[in-house]
Amino acid sequence: MINSRITQKIAFFGLFLATLLIVLPVGMILVIIVQKGWPAITWQFLTDMPRQGMRAGGIFPAIVGTIYLVGGAIMFALPIGLLAAIYLCEYARHSVITRIIKLAIVNLSGVPSVVYGLFGLALFVVFFRFGVSILSGSLTLGIMILPIIVTASREALESVPYSFREVSLSLGASKWQTIRHIVLPNAIPGILTGTILGLGRAAGETAPILFTVAAFYLPQLPTSLFDQAMALPYHLYVISTQVPNVDEKIRYGTALVLLTLVLVMNLIAIVIRAQFRKKKKW
Amino acid sequence: MRKIKEFIIEKLILFCGLASIFFVVLIFLFLLKEGLSVLKTVGIGSFLFGKNWYPISDPAQLGILPLILGSLLVTLGAALISIPIGIACAVYIAEVAPLKMKEALKAGIELLAAIPSVVLGFIGMVTLVPWVKHLFHLPTGLTAFSGSVMLAFMAMPTIVSIAEDALYSVPKSYREGALALGATHWQTIYRVLLPAASSGIVAAVMLGIGRVIGETMAVMMITGNAAVLPKSILEPVRTLTATIAAEMGEAVVGSEHYFALFAIGIVLFVISFLINLTADLFLHRNQ
Amino acid sequence: MVTFDIQKLSVWLGSTQALKNISMQVQAHEILTIIGPSNSGKTTFLRMLNRLNELGPRFRREGALLFDGTDIAALDAQIVRKKIGMVFALPLPLPLSIFDNVAYGARMHGVRNQKQLRAIVERSLQEAYLWDEVKDRLDTSAFKLSGGQQQRLCIARTLAVEPEVILFDEPCSGLDPISTAKVEDAMVKLKQRYTIVLVTNNVKQAARVGDRTAFFLSGELIELDKTDKMFTAPQYRRTEDYIRGKFG
Repeated sequence: MINSRITQKIAFFGLFLATLLIVLPVGMILVIIVQKGWPAITWQFLTDMPRQGMRAGGIFPAIVGTIYLVGGAIMFALPIGLLAAIYLCEYARHSVITRIIKLAIVNLSGVPSVVYGLFGLALFVVFFRFGVSILSGSLTLGIMILPIIVTASREALESVPYSFREVSLSLGASKWQTIRHIVLPNAIPGILTGTILGLGRAAGETAPILFTVAAFYLPQLPTSLFDQAMALPYHLYVISTQVPNVDEKIRYGTALVLLTLVLVMNLIAIVIRAQFRKKKKW
Repeated sequence: MRKIKEFIIEKLILFCGLASIFFVVLIFLFLLKEGLSVLKTVGIGSFLFGKNWYPISDPAQLGILPLILGSLLVTLGAALISIPIGIACAVYIAEVAPLKMKEALKAGIELLAAIPSVVLGFIGMVTLVPWVKHLFHLPTGLTAFSGSVMLAFMAMPTIVSIAEDALYSVPKSYREGALALGATHWQTIYRVLLPAASSGIVAAVMLGIGRVIGETMAVMMITGNAAVLPKSILEPVRTLTATIAAEMGEAVVGSEHYFALFAIGIVLFVISFLINLTADLFLHRNQ
Repeated sequence: MVTFDIQKLSVWLGSTQALKNISMQVQAHEILTIIGPSNSGKTTFLRMLNRLNELGPRFRREGALLFDGTDIAALDAQIVRKKIGMVFALPLPLPLSIFDNVAYGARMHGVRNQKQLRAIVERSLQEAYLWDEVKDRLDTSAFKLSGGQQQRLCIARTLAVEPEVILFDEPCSGLDPISTAKVEDAMVKLKQRYTIVLVTNNVKQAARVGDRTAFFLSGELIELDKTDKMFTAPQYRRTEDYIRGKFG
């Protein structure tokens, strides 16, 4: 008995150590980036064009490019993803088709990001002749985040009690009216959470935009959907591997901006989810 | 009028429902369209098992064995690190940690999952790589080992969260039964909960590995990118993903090199497809 | 006048047969109560009348179910459900304000005019004997009401779409005796204008409000008769045993 107590203590301590091994480095990463990146963050850094081959100046076009890309991706992925979730949740009977759709979503979420890049290159850039452009990059990112949006929206729709649907139908409302007026309004927080998580993912990904949109060095703002654009994650990759003698401050500063952008989105998603759980009325 | 409107909306919903299938097929078709010709001219055998990757020499040599081995080596290393630590962390969160700590830890893991891979690659470059160089007295710290460590971190959130879900969904009665028979908490975890959650944990591990194989940016930034047959884990290697990312920029559209990179894409797609399919089977067996 | 004419109705939900060869009629402007132990098929029967069962997977039926002379399967489901309203076992307000709950059905059927909606809401709440209790707080959430008030709100919501028939599915199962009495009062008064089918677990409730009573057991209709007669001189032993509380 005493022996098994001691074994348990040792085992639990081991589990605790393993957890520390994950959590401590995460903390360290955040601390290092904030500490070394913070001095670089000035108004000028955020709003200026890069200069001297990205060794000076700011990262404004990269920020703008990322916002355009993420915006485009969500405009493409949200309607399709939401309607797909509605199909799975409200219309599909448990059939072979549903099973295949679910498998397709699982696989879509597992396809390596660089393969999305290849796909975007072959389909949008070359086949549709959109060229290396914001349009191609947004569409590529949009398909990539589709599974995130479908999955989150489905969970949100499923969390609306079945009885609400029955009540609405029993009052003579049609199926679509029921979805539109009862199911969707009550699923919005969950859908929003998924959307923001998708935004965060799209903002941070590099591989899918490598050959579809990203400009190495383009010190001007894009003016149309068919322009190339800089983007934060690609910019960080470029200044940390491709351009020698870049001031460390600029690298850390760029990393900090990107990290902040992504983490703030995740934080918003988490807060919405928590608020929603608290306020849930049923 | 309303009927017509609803009919259109419902058709649109059905159409979007089928979109995911459409996209998966489309991705595969376009990879095939661009990559298949190389597999035909070079031959699948000598493409997969050729020892030399010299895509721009004349004549080009297109053997991806060094890249496959590079990916395997990095993945194996990452798996060895992340599987035990990840499962241990999942058990700690699911069973041992007090409630408040549990929430904090889960948030921490979600945070890790959210960090873009290019940022992790950057951090690996400036911290891990010099450290590996000094520790092992190497000419360069850009090695398969550095890649494994970094990738282990990227696999961890997947492994922890799915394994924790699996542990959480073990019926309460199992645990209560074991405890009622006088087993300690640890014995219950070890003898009852882990076996009961095993298929979910297998799925967690597979999805984690899937994430590692597909990871691109961090790997490209810290493994050194030498397309040679790796002899040791402390040497630079080049993975399948990094090859595509690094070379596609220079490959001329329509050249053999360009098509060869798509052929690598096919290999990656098939691997990730198989991994996800199996993981999904394990997850469904659990339910 | 016959509202529902049911002939040899059998229903399967999945692999289980929920209703077996039921033949009966529901008269206009009566309260028909249906009693029986749980799993006797009475709720399934009720949900047949406004076509709710068919929403579930693997639903199958045989036999005829005529509403005003037409088989309900031949009618538009939305129109069937508009004409045949339902009040569920538990109070199920929608997550909307009191006003919007009552106005929901009317809005779905195309009423946009705010004045008209106000009139419908007031009339319906009055018919359900809830108006005086809520007239000053129509904009508050329906979840703020007590259980009994919520159930009367659900009745008002059903009345607002001007149905011909109202189906009650054990409407008092979650309520205390005083709230129950209020709901029963409302039902008896509604009989003037609507046909009512009431499924209940509470035999005494059936005796209090029913004109005629049907006794269901294991998916079969055992007996259907005037409520007085059923409770004083039932034809079958099983009916008598159930009414006396020997099983249930």
